Amino acid sequence: MMSALDIPTLKENIDRETVDQVLSLDVDKYKYGFSTDIESDMAPQGLSEDIVRFISAKKNEPQWMLDWRLDAYRRWLTMDEPAWAKVHYPQLDFQDMYFYAAPKSTPAPTSLDEVDPELLAMYDKLGIPLKEREILAGVERPNVAVDAVMDSVSVVTTFREELAKVGIIFCSISEAIREHAELVQKYLGSVVPVTDNYYATLNSAVFTDGSFVYIPKGVRCPMELSTYFRINEKKTGQFERTLIIAEDDSYVSYLEGCTAPMRDESQLHAAVVELVALENAEIKYSTVQNWYPGDKDGKGGIYNFVTKRGDCRGNGSKISWTQVETGSAITWKYPSCILRGDNSRGEFYSIAISNGYQQVDSGTKMIHLGKNTSSKIIAKGIAAGFSDNTYRGQVSAHAKAKGARNFTQCDSLLIGDKCGAHTVPYIESRNATAVFEHEATTSKISDDQMFYCQQRGLNEEEAVALIVNGFVRDVLQHLPMEFMVESQKLIAISLEGSVG
Amino acid sequence: MTNPILEIRNLHARIEDREILKGVNLAIPAGELHAVMGRNGSGKSTLSYVLAGKEDYEITEGEVLLDGVDLLGMEPNERAAAGLFLAFQYPIEIPGVATMTFLKAAMNAQRKSRGEGEISTPDFMRAVKEAGASLNIDASMLKRPLNVGFSGGEKKRAEVLQMALLAPKMCILDETDSGLDIDALQVVSKGVNALRSEQRSMLVITHYQRLLNHIVPDVVHVFSDGRIVESGDKSLALQLEAKGYADFDSEPA
Repeated sequence: MMSALDIPTLKENIDRETVDQVLSLDVDKYKYGFSTDIESDMAPQGLSEDIVRFISAKKNEPQWMLDWRLDAYRRWLTMDEPAWAKVHYPQLDFQDMYFYAAPKSTPAPTSLDEVDPELLAMYDKLGIPLKEREILAGVERPNVAVDAVMDSVSVVTTFREELAKVGIIFCSISEAIREHAELVQKYLGSVVPVTDNYYATLNSAVFTDGSFVYIPKGVRCPMELSTYFRINEKKTGQFERTLIIAEDDSYVSYLEGCTAPMRDESQLHAAVVELVALENAEIKYSTVQNWYPGDKDGKGGIYNFVTKRGDCRGNGSKISWTQVETGSAITWKYPSCILRGDNSRGEFYSIAISNGYQQVDSGTKMIHLGKNTSSKIIAKGIAAGFSDNTYRGQVSAHAKAKGARNFTQCDSLLIGDKCGAHTVPYIESRNATAVFEHEATTSKISDDQMFYCQQRGLNEEEAVALIVNGFVRDVLQHLPMEFMVESQKLIAISLEGSVG
Repeated sequence: MTNPILEIRNLHARIEDREILKGVNLAIPAGELHAVMGRNGSGKSTLSYVLAGKEDYEITEGEVLLDGVDLLGMEPNERAAAGLFLAFQYPIEIPGVATMTFLKAAMNAQRKSRGEGEISTPDFMRAVKEAGASLNIDASMLKRPLNVGFSGGEKKRAEVLQMALLAPKMCILDETDSGLDIDALQVVSKGVNALRSEQRSMLVITHYQRLLNHIVPDVVHVFSDGRIVESGDKSLALQLEAKGYADFDSEPA
C-alpha cells in the first residue's frame, strides 16, 4: 500500500505501523472492540476496504454500521464521477487523500504570519477574535484549540440538558449510532440511499462525523439548533453526515455553518444531509457556506460536493432550505425536497455568490409525489470576477400528484463582463392538474446605478454591496435573524475586488 | 476675500470624439443660487455630470474648485463627501434597497470618509422624520425600494430629502422640474428653498423659466453650445422665456 521510500518521518512511521496492524488483523476481529488496540489517530493514506473498516473500528461502531459502510464502498467502486455539472477541476486522486483525522499534506502554519493575508484581512473585517482566527486558519497551536473546546463543552452540555427535558436528542452522529441505534438504523439512508450518487455513496462509506437531531412528537424545539453549539472535532469536516428527524406535529430550525471562512487542507468535501419530516412536522434548515474559495488566482480552495435532501414523508409536512453560498472553489449542491405526503410543502431560498475563479453549480429538486403538494423556489445567483454561476433545478409532478403547484423565480446578477450566469431548469409534469410557474431574469449592475450610489457618497465596493443586498433581499429575510445580519456583511466581503 | 463655493475655470470636456463643454467659466459665492438655462442638447446636463464625476466624460482642459479644493482629481464619492450633491433629472432605481436603508448607507458612507462615526439610529430616525415631514414623505414611502415605482413627484421629493439629510455645501439640481405637476413642483420648490442658506450654494439647471418662479435665482446664466454666453439677474430668465434661445445662438465666443 505504501512503499518504504515514502515514509521519511516519525509520524508516518506510526502510520506504517497502523497499516500493518490493520492489514494483519482478519475481518472477524473487528467485531470485538478493535479500536482499543489503535493508538494512532491517523488513518493511512488512500481509500480501500481496510480504511472503511479502520474508520468504523476507530469509532467503535456496531457491525451493522460497518456492513452498511462496506456495502456503500463496494457500490462506490462501480460508480463513475458525474460529469453533467458545469464545473471543471482536475481528476481527484482518492489514493492521495486521508479519510480519517487527516494529517496535513503540507505542514500546517505555526503562526498567523504564515496564513494567506487575504484570509486574515477578511477575519479582521468580520470582527473575529484573534483566538478564533487561529483556529479557523488551522494554525497548529494545540493549547488554543483545547481552550476553545473546553469553552464549548460546558455550553454544549447546558444546551443538551435543556433539550433533553423535552425529549430532543441533539448529538453527534457517531454517538447516535451507538446510543440511538434503532433511530439511526430506521432513518439513515432512507432519504439519500447509499446508492444515490457518487459522492453520497462515498460519504456513506467513509463519513467521520456530523450531527443527529431527533424531535419527538408534538415538540416545538425551543431554540435554533446550530452546529456551532456542538463540538465539531477538528478535521472531521471532510465527510460530514447529518440526520434530522421531526416526528408528527414537531418543529425544528437548524443552522449550519459559519460566516467566517475556514481554511482547510483537505480539498474534497462531500457531505450528506438527510431530513425526515413526518405528519405536520416542519424542518427549517439554514446554511451559510463560506469555505476557503482559493486565492485570487484560483489556486487551492475547497471542492464542495454535497447531497442534501429532505423527505416530507407525512401529510401536511414542510421542509424549507435556505442557503447562502459564498465560499469554496467548486460548489456542487442541490438541497431538495421529496413531497411525498399529501398537502406537504417544500421551499428553497438560495443566494449563491461567486467571485474570482469560483465555480458554482447549485439549485434544487422539488419532487411532487403527493396530492396538493406545493413548492416554492427563489434562487439568486451573483457572479463576479472570472466566476461561473449556474442554477440547476428540477421540478417534477408524478402521476398521483394531483393539484401540485410550484413557483420558481431565478434571478442572476452579473458584475463585470468576465463572469457567467446560467440557468438550467428541468420541468417535468405527468399530471394535467399540476401548475408550474417559472420566472427568470438576468441583470447587470448598471453604470448609472453605480454612479448614483457613488454620488451619494458610497465607494464602489459599498455601492456593489448595497445593490447586491437589495437584489437578494427576498431570500435574506428567510434567514434567522443572527444569520441575516452576518450574511449581509459576508456578501459585501465576498464581492470585494469585484469592481474597478 | 472668501473663495466662492464653486469655481469653474475654462472647463472643456468631451465624450468620445465630441467636445461638449467648450470653456465653461462660472463662480458661485456662498449663499447664492445660480440658474443655468439652455435648450436641450446645449450641454447643461453634461456640466452637472462632469462636476459630479461621471466617468463617461474626459476632461481635456480647465479646473474646478469646491470651496478652494480641486474637485476633478476626486472620485465621485469623495466629491460627495466633500459636499457636492447632484439632484438627478432621472433618479435611478435601486431594487430591493429600502429608501430608509439607502439614506442611512449614504449618510454613514459620507461620515466615514470624513473620519466621523456612524450616526446613531435615534438621531437618524429623528432627522429623517423632520426632513420628510415638510416634503410630505411618510414612513410607508421610506420603506419602499428607492425610486422603484415612484411617481415623478415622489422621485424628486426623495432627491430633495437626500439633499436635506446629506447637508451638502454645493447643490446641483438637474432639471428638477421635469415630470412634475404644479402641486408637486410647489412641494419640491418649498423643500429646496428651505435649504437655501448663507453657507450653501446652489446651481439650478433648467430648460424652462417656470421653475424659477418658485426657486428664485440670484444670477441667471444662458448656456449655449457648451459654454455660458450671457449672465444677468432673474430678469434674464423672463427675457429668455419671451424671446427664446435663438438670440443667443449666434453670439460669438
